[in-house]
Parts: sequence; C-alpha cells; structure tokens
Amino acid sequence: MNLNYTDTQIQFREEVRAFLDTNLPEALSTKVRLDKTLTKAEHEQWHAILNDKGWLAGNWPVEYGGTGWDAINRHIFEDEMARAHAPRIVPFGIAMFGPVLQEFGSVEQKDYYLPKVLSGEHWWCQGYSEPGAGSDLASLKTRAERDGDDYIVNGQKTWTTLGQHANMIFCLVRTAKEGKPQEGISFLLIDMHSEGIKVRPIVLIDGEPEVNEVFFDNVRVPVANRVGEENKGWTYAKYLLTHERTNIAGIGFATAGLDSLKRIARNEMSKGKPLIKNPHFAAQLARIEIDLMAMTTTNLRVISQAAAGKAPGAESSMLKIKGSEIRQEINALTRSAVGCYAMPFVSEELERGSNQLPVGPEYARSVTGTYLNNRKLSIYGGSNEIQRTIISKTLLEL
Amino acid sequence: MNFELTDERQMLQDSLRRFLNDNYSNEKIRSLLDSDTGHSVDIWSGLAEMGVIGALFSEADGGYGGAGFDLSTVFEELGRVGAVDPLLDTAVLGGGVIASAGSSTQKVLLESIIDGSMHLAFAHGEPQSRYELSRVSCTARREANGFVLDGQKSVVVNATAADYLIVSARSAGDVDSTQGISLFLVPANTDGLTLTDFPLASGGRAAELLLENVRLDGSALLGNEGDGFNTLELANARATLAICAEALGLMETIRALTTDYLKIRKQFGQPIGKFQVLQHRMADVLTEIEQARSAVINLAGHVDGARDAREKHVSATKNLIGLVGKLVAEESIQMHGGIGMTEEYELGHLARRLVMVDHRLGDSMHHLERFIDLAVA
Repeated sequence: MNLNYTDTQIQFREEVRAFLDTNLPEALSTKVRLDKTLTKAEHEQWHAILNDKGWLAGNWPVEYGGTGWDAINRHIFEDEMARAHAPRIVPFGIAMFGPVLQEFGSVEQKDYYLPKVLSGEHWWCQGYSEPGAGSDLASLKTRAERDGDDYIVNGQKTWTTLGQHANMIFCLVRTAKEGKPQEGISFLLIDMHSEGIKVRPIVLIDGEPEVNEVFFDNVRVPVANRVGEENKGWTYAKYLLTHERTNIAGIGFATAGLDSLKRIARNEMSKGKPLIKNPHFAAQLARIEIDLMAMTTTNLRVISQAAAGKAPGAESSMLKIKGSEIRQEINALTRSAVGCYAMPFVSEELERGSNQLPVGPEYARSVTGTYLNNRKLSIYGGSNEIQRTIISKTLLEL
Repeated sequence: MNFELTDERQMLQDSLRRFLNDNYSNEKIRSLLDSDTGHSVDIWSGLAEMGVIGALFSEADGGYGGAGFDLSTVFEELGRVGAVDPLLDTAVLGGGVIASAGSSTQKVLLESIIDGSMHLAFAHGEPQSRYELSRVSCTARREANGFVLDGQKSVVVNATAADYLIVSARSAGDVDSTQGISLFLVPANTDGLTLTDFPLASGGRAAELLLENVRLDGSALLGNEGDGFNTLELANARATLAICAEALGLMETIRALTTDYLKIRKQFGQPIGKFQVLQHRMADVLTEIEQARSAVINLAGHVDGARDAREKHVSATKNLIGLVGKLVAEESIQMHGGIGMTEEYELGHLARRLVMVDHRLGDSMHHLERFIDLAVA
C-alpha cells in the first residue's frame, strides 16, 4: 500500500497546474465557479486551448491525436481541471463517440471523424434515450430501414444534452424487430442538418434549455455512416457506457463544490458569527467531507485497477451512486447556506434578456438552479436504481 | 379527541378546493410565473369574494375565523394546486401584525385587506439575520414628529404589489435583543424607499428593500415603541403554521402525481410501480407525509394557546416539514426520471415551491437549534 502519487505523477500534476494557471481564461473560470451556463463559443474556446496543448483527448491513444495518459494521469488532469474551475470537456465527442469509433469504426470513418472531433468542426450529441426508452434503453423504437445505399430513419430521441449546439449525432436505431430487443440495434452517425431533423429545446426546472428532443422524419442516412455491423449497436453502446464511467464519480466537481460551500459558509452569518462556526451546520458539512475523503480513495482504487489494465465493471456503478449522492448533498447544503437568497429565481435566459438588477451575494445566484439541475445526476447515464440493480446482479450475484 | 374538521371548515375546504381547481391549472401557473405581477388579480378577487381572506381573521377583526385550524384548512388547499397568491404576506403576516398590534385607526385597514382591495408585505429579514427573529439592525431614530428609518430588508415577498410595508427596525438595544424592536406601517410610496423587484423560484415576486432616511410620522408606529418582538413572534408562529400547511398540500399533490406516474410509466414490460424498490420508497414517502400532517395538526392546535407550547410546536413542525419536504420533492423527481426534471410538467413548479418552503421563516436547521433551546437543553 502506498497512498502517494509517484514523483512522475507529482511532476505531471505540477505541469497541469502551471498550464491551467497560464492558459485558463479568467472569464471562463469565473463563470464555472459561479455555475453559469457557458455559451457554445466559450466551450469551443476552451477546447481549442486544450487541443493546442494536445490535452483535449485525455482518454484517446496517441495514434489518434490523444494524450495516451493512463487512468491515474487522466484522474490527476480531471481533478486539477475541476479545482481550477476549468470548463468541463464536453463529453459527447471526446469521451463517448471517440472511443467507440476507435474500437469499432472503419479506417475511413476514423480518418474522417476523429480529427474533426479534436478541431471542433464536429460537435457531437448523443441520441440514445427516447420517450418510451429511458432506463429500459433496449426498448428503443426509432427505426432505420434500408433503401439502397441509405437508411431511412424515423422516430424520436430525447434528453439530448446540448443538442442545440451539435452538428452531428450518434444514434442507436432499430434495424431489426426479431429476437431480443438488444439484438436489432445499430449505431448510426447522422448529420444534424439532414433534411427531416427537427430539434426542440426542453426547458428544465432550473429554467435552462439544456436538453432537447430530436425528431427524425424520413431522414436519409448513408449506410456508410453505420459504425460496425448492422444489429450489433448494443455491444458498441455498452462499450461506450463503460468509457463514460471512468470519470463517473465526479470527485473533482465534488471537491470544488465543497470548497465553494466552505467559502460561502465563511461569508454567511449565523447568530452574529460565520455560519461555518455553527456546530450544527459544521456537523453536516463535516459528514459530507468525511464521505468525500473515503470516496476519493474508492475512486482511486478503481482507477488504479483500470490503469493496471482491468476495465472497471460494476465498480463504476458504485462510483456513480456514491459520487452523485455526495454532489447532490453538497448542492443541498449550499442551498441551505445562502438562506433567503436561495429564493430569487435567477434564470440566465431571463437575465440575458432583461435589465433585472442582481440580488443578494453573487455566490448565491446560481445555487438553487444548480441544486435543481443536479437532480439529474442520479437520473442520467443509467439511473441510480439501475446502478443498484447492476451491483446486486454482478457483484452480489443476487 | 376528534380529528375531523368542523362543518364550517369542511364547507370552506370544499368550496375553496372547487374554486382553486376551477381557476388553477399547470398552464395558468406557468403564465403567472412569467407575469409582471407574479399572481392573478382575478383569482385574488375571487378568494376575497369567497371570504377566504376573511377566514384568516377573527370576528373581532372583521373576519369569521382566524383560528389555527382555519389557517391550516385554507393553506393546505392553496398548496394542493401550487397557488402563488400572496395570502401569507398580505393576510397572515401583514394583516396579522396589524390585527395584533394596530391601533383602532390602523385596524381600519383590515377591512380593505379582507375585501381584497389592499396588499401588504412584511419587511423583516435582513442580509445578516438568517431567520433569527430578534436580529434587527435596521434602525429607527426618534425625531421631533416621528421616526427616521435606515437599513436594508431582504427578499420582501409581495413588496411590489403592496400598498403598505410592515417594517421592523431597532429603536433601542443590541442587534439581537428581543427588546427595542419597533414595527412600522409604511405606505409604499414613502420617500426613501427603494424596491428592487425580482421573481421567486417558488412563483410570486419579491424585492430587496433599501430604506434611506425614511421619515415617518408618529402614527406609523404599530404598537408600543420597542415592544415589537412579541407581535413578531406571534405573526411568525401563525405564518409558520400557514406555510407548513401549504407544504402539506403540495406534498399531497406531488404524491398523487408520482403514484399515478408509477402506474402508467412502463419500462421492462411493466409499470415501474411494480418494482419493489419503488414501492418501498413510495411507502416511505407516504408515511413521512402522514408525519407531516400530524405535525401541522400539532401546530394548528397550539398556535392560539400559551406562548411556550406554541413556540415549541412552531420549531418542531417547521423542522419536520423542511426535512420531509426535501425528501418528497427529491424522491418524486427521481421516481419520475427525466420528465420530473422538465419545466413543462406539472411537478416542476410544485417541487420547487415545496423546496423553497425551507428558505422562509427559518429552515430545518434553524428550527432544530431553536427546538433544542426551547424544549431539550
């Protein structure tokens, strides 16, 4: 047992810190620190800065323009990014689509798409969930029927995060009705500007249009845009789900969130003293911090195994459950910490279009929105109920 | 023991429920959330015409109720539809202070409150006061003909619609002393008041209130100078009952929506309500809501009684409601999944309004500490 990073890893961490210190624009880190929604241009700006350094694709092999980092270095990088309040790397192209294509795509597809992910020419979004297929993803109904060299796609996807910015979508579509539901699914790459695609924003309970519905009405997609074999899409999607899970615990976000909470609690007053000195508040905060300390090590234990070449299995379900719960507790306690200033409804959408004066301390403004928005953490990417079922089936064999 | 409503209150509940069901819908609420006033003038007049505002005042004050169970009956119904009407502000807090401390001249205003033609706002909390009722740093300085007020009040709900603001200010004593707090009836157009209006996450509107050199004549004083704390505490107790009953109504509707959803939403070939994990969690939600109902009944039964028992129940009930409210809101969103995250679906407003209850009149931690002081330590 050795809980410390190696000298090389410490050196790497210093390098990341120095890079963020010089290259992370303050305008971006301020917005991230205050939980404000980044514009498309701001996301692209940060991606470009990282891409110039060669650090955009921490999870890609060097041959595809990635860093080739192992799981520990990826963790160090993600952790430092979150602590510095750097914008998160938009996951759909880099973390989700890239690894699937590298594993299952043709040489032509890899040569064509991967550089465009890095350059930002393609902004990908994920077309998985449907109105009737959430936790039970395999019951999806969007169908793709062969017509010569094309598929004709009809149906609807939903919860498409940042789909309003995307020009490409990777979709799971039904190409066969026979057999088990998982067996008739294919993985298609679709240009969002194709004729017959409509995108409708869905406003969430924090007032932000973060996700979308995407409608497909006789959309023509070349067969060449299929990844891998027909009817094998489920296998590729499952592969992607394990990749999605390497940073699933969100330790960096939790650590940064806890730091913010402490800062707020030092500023807020309770009975004439800083809130953080209030023993009942401090007890709640301490309880979360104790959980986070253990969680950080649980996360590193799983990551070390991954670095040693073992793909994380059901362990990542634990990371997802515990990680999302800790973040949600931090969000809830932060909401409590700002007291009555959690009450104003601060929609950034509204703020942009009005001359409404800011109310209360700046750090309070996004707190309720973030609390509400992060209820999604235990719903998306396989709800926590689904994760518990995976744990009980796979690890407990019940 | 009898836990049934009286015939009068049963009639009030039935007619109010009908009125609110006829006048409120998800679309209506969504249009009100986007409106400049934050609530509907028509619904307000309708509530006044039905005598709902009057039900919150005693006969001596021109109403026909005003007891704890009148408040809980009305506010539970308001909660059931997620109503955004400022009854808490105009009637229970503002009207309550006038009823308990006002002079006969000031009490004339109660008539206009009860008939729906006047709005009030209760300007008490401050940026540093964090729910502590006696912590008032806004100052009232005596001057030849009256008082001069200075300071800041936070998140004053219904301030923009209000004809009068009830303002607390310190005329003597340390910043957190229960002695030396004076209450004032301040016309909204008084010089030196600055209101910054904004919408609330719960629906409705509020404003930050800045008082700069606000000159009031002596007749603006409500009750005796420096003696405002007991009035504040009583108004706060009644308002706590009201908001807790409203939370209970919100919980009931949220539970019904969630239970219905568990029956109709199918995944893996069956309604998700067939999964035992969700059944058990929903059973916990139901049990906790029954606890919340009992806590509201406890407070309603003590709010008109002796101070010590009343305040113990204020803190017990508000603490419990805060915790159960969070559980009900979070579990209902979780069990709905993605649809529970959307603004368009009915649950969004109800869950948000329920969560926001913990940010008014003291949160669950504040009332836990207060309960320890009052009843444990």
